[in-house]
Amino acid sequence: MSLAETPQQRDRAKTIFEKSQPGRRAFVAPELDVPEDPDALPERFRRKEPPRLPEIAEPEINRHFNRISKRNFDLDTGFYPLGSCTMKHNPKLHERVAALPGNARLHPAQAPARAQGALQLMYELQGALAEIAGLPHVSLQPSAGSHGELAGVLLTRAFHEANGDARTKILTPDTAHGTNPATVTMGGYEVVKVGTDDQGGVDMDDLKANLDDEVACLMLTNPNTLGVFDENIEEIAKLVHGVGATLYYDGANLNAVMGRARPGDMGFDIVHYNLHKTFTQPHGGGGPGAGPIAVSGRIEPYLPRPQVVRRDDDTYDLDFDRPKSIGRLRGFQGNYGVFVRSYAYILSLGGDGLQEASETAVLNANYLLARLKEEGIGEHLPVAFDRLCMHEFVLSGAPMKKNLGLRTTDLAKRLLDHGYHPPTVYFPLLVDEALLIEPTETETRETLDGFADAIAEILREGAEDPEIARNAPYTTPVRRLDEAGAAKRPIIRQELE
Amino acid sequence: MSRYTSATDADRAAMLERIGVQSIDELFETIPEGVRLDRALDLAPGRPEQEVFAHLRELASRNVSADDELSFLGAGMYDHYVPALVDSIISRSEFLTPYTPYQPEVSQGTLQLMFEYQTAISELTGLPVSNATLYEGPSALGAAGFLARQHHKRTRFLISRGVHPHARETLRTMSAGWGIEVQEIPLRDGVTDADALADALGDDVSAVFLAQPNFLGAIEDLEALVPGIKECGAIAVCSCDAMTLGVLRPPGDFDVDIAVGEGQPLGNRLDYGGPSFGFFAAQQAFLRRMPGRIAGETSDADGRRGFVLTLQTREQHIRRERATSNITTAQTLNALAAIVYLSWLGRQGIVEIGELMLQRTAYARKALAGVEGVELLHEQPVIREFAVRLTADVHDVIERCAAEGVNPGYPLGADYDEFDDGLLVAITEQRTREDIDRLAEVLGRAVAGARRARRPEEVTA
Repeated sequence: MSLAETPQQRDRAKTIFEKSQPGRRAFVAPELDVPEDPDALPERFRRKEPPRLPEIAEPEINRHFNRISKRNFDLDTGFYPLGSCTMKHNPKLHERVAALPGNARLHPAQAPARAQGALQLMYELQGALAEIAGLPHVSLQPSAGSHGELAGVLLTRAFHEANGDARTKILTPDTAHGTNPATVTMGGYEVVKVGTDDQGGVDMDDLKANLDDEVACLMLTNPNTLGVFDENIEEIAKLVHGVGATLYYDGANLNAVMGRARPGDMGFDIVHYNLHKTFTQPHGGGGPGAGPIAVSGRIEPYLPRPQVVRRDDDTYDLDFDRPKSIGRLRGFQGNYGVFVRSYAYILSLGGDGLQEASETAVLNANYLLARLKEEGIGEHLPVAFDRLCMHEFVLSGAPMKKNLGLRTTDLAKRLLDHGYHPPTVYFPLLVDEALLIEPTETETRETLDGFADAIAEILREGAEDPEIARNAPYTTPVRRLDEAGAAKRPIIRQELE
Repeated sequence: MSRYTSATDADRAAMLERIGVQSIDELFETIPEGVRLDRALDLAPGRPEQEVFAHLRELASRNVSADDELSFLGAGMYDHYVPALVDSIISRSEFLTPYTPYQPEVSQGTLQLMFEYQTAISELTGLPVSNATLYEGPSALGAAGFLARQHHKRTRFLISRGVHPHARETLRTMSAGWGIEVQEIPLRDGVTDADALADALGDDVSAVFLAQPNFLGAIEDLEALVPGIKECGAIAVCSCDAMTLGVLRPPGDFDVDIAVGEGQPLGNRLDYGGPSFGFFAAQQAFLRRMPGRIAGETSDADGRRGFVLTLQTREQHIRRERATSNITTAQTLNALAAIVYLSWLGRQGIVEIGELMLQRTAYARKALAGVEGVELLHEQPVIREFAVRLTADVHDVIERCAAEGVNPGYPLGADYDEFDDGLLVAITEQRTREDIDRLAEVLGRAVAGARRARRPEEVTA
């Protein structure tokens, strides 16, 4: 199957370094307005050859990046049901308020007395996040979900060590995001996996078998990565606390439960939020994000420093005087630009709006799930756990592979030709040929219908001629890429003459 | 308040019917009653866009930004001019709103910018491999520590006291569970004490961390410091300021193993400390131990050039507990700002801006050294920042300068007990000779005022 090349396909990728010509430039240096000191830098410190950055004028830089931007699929343009990533609309107001000079041009080392607006914003955001999670103490410092997880593991270590209790293991469910076990290793603990029961929840027998006084923590996502709320959560909390361990909540899926349930009320000691998911910081092609944490009273003394506090005279300050703190996890105060956007979001929605966001996210997910159970789809892509889902759900492409000879990746690639970003694929690992679908609350019923129709069409087409999907996509700027070859002979920078 | 959702009552009714339930509540029945929130969230009701904007504008107006005063603050983040071109490109939906490029066929823009960014960082640092960024500077240094910990079983880190205090603290925080002792190497005359480093080195040293220039602005003699580190088999890590690398010899020239650093100066806003990015470049031998995303070149089914995320078997989503890092993403939008900025500066501009900083910093240091009550904290070569000592209370001086609309710099006492009279002054291409002259004048007045104000206390003491 072949089609004529599209203009984008004909436009072969050329890097900005390849567009460079000696002598071209964009930057005009400010004039040297001080007397030149020839001895300012001893010769032995001086670079011999300038770094070979591009030499290119502004119009061409502008065109280059605009042109490559069009080789991206983006959320502003189309449906992006990437499971566990919460690709909800990014309000434009947020960019405007983040760019206000008082925010964007505020130096991080500015004295607290001259950064009162920023500190108040952070303090109020801490309060709102605490209320949403049902845990009283918040640190905004971690830079991403994975960084929040690391904070949680280090807090757990500090908590146990303060009790003279050196523990060695952390439990993670086999449905967990890969970050959980990777974080455990970075925190210096051994990972112990806990199984999943036939309802998609934690296997209680396996949990009991693995819980002992060497266990420092259980890391859970609830609802989990299968989109299932673990109904045994109260008993899990009791068991985990029974052996003296902490219970950690991976907030990746918080968008399912705002205003309906709170991790603190479920018994979690430590929670991280993904401000780039639930609180709609634009994902930026992978970042930036932010991963604040909230903790219970017994963990509070160990929170990273500095903490944003309100003093008795109603001024806001950075509190460094925290003798039990695990210390800093990064420079300065955290990803403040992200805080501004998430705070704007919380103000815009309010408590009722956040609850409605979660309710609509769950409504949309269940509606799309119902559509994907229809005849023509359901027999090829059955739901992994057949029950009402929360904000996302998992389908298995195993029957499709058997019936039609199409793999999940073929379906995903063919969806690109239909103008959709595919769901998360091959995750969670315990579902064969998995598709993890999270529509979010900001999509319309018509969009969900269109997506379901596209999947039905691809399956119909696959029944007639599976080769079409197997060789998809056709209309994208490039077609399927040789990833194995890239890893075998890594070319990770432009070679320069 | 309904915001950013489209579902009308009619939609909801039709959708619930299609699902086969009576109400929204029924969708949440899998949550056990004992943990359901039986009240509304205790947060203010939602507000219209214009009110949210007005409130946030009012909060922002209570901050004194780099536009509101003449600022010489640096200490890791710097007030460089960010060209309008950067704002324009990073605002594009195509860059702003996608996620990690999991589907490379529709993510070539993101993957190509990562590849270009990696090339630029590799050129700047003189090291062959770069990842596509980490969160920010200090945690990038911590990530180098984790690489060293996984690379060999050694039990000590040595870190120069000239490394950014936030990075030193972050390394201690991150290494709490690694069984590695973190030992500081003192400074002498403003730079890492080479003798103290030589004495501390041994075959149990996992990695040594230096900064170029160091936190006091001084240029370290890497040529003298690095060979001893390499001889004992430790990993040499250098945190550097990318904006100086048009003028200063790059870490790769000295056989440094890993270069890390804070990326904010490269086309990113101050943003009260973030988001920015951390760069991480290394020798070829560490390619498969690198943390973070890496873009690589390949070709598509029809032979067209294309880019993908590569060497993913290092990463958490595949390797899980044996991953080289837990990081999931890159600070891609910030890396975009950096590659656009570096393209704008260009091969000549990166040298010119470095020379301008060098000359203005030299001028500023001389100007301040001539102020009564101000002396140099060290006399090492400097390029964009320098440290002075004040014979007056530093915080009092800062307050007095602030009253005249000048922020004279960063008080060193917060991080260095031994320099509680120290002030760190940063110069960028945005600070002119006139600005520097004004700083000297205002600082002189402030120091004199603070000394007069202090005198009565000294008498009673």
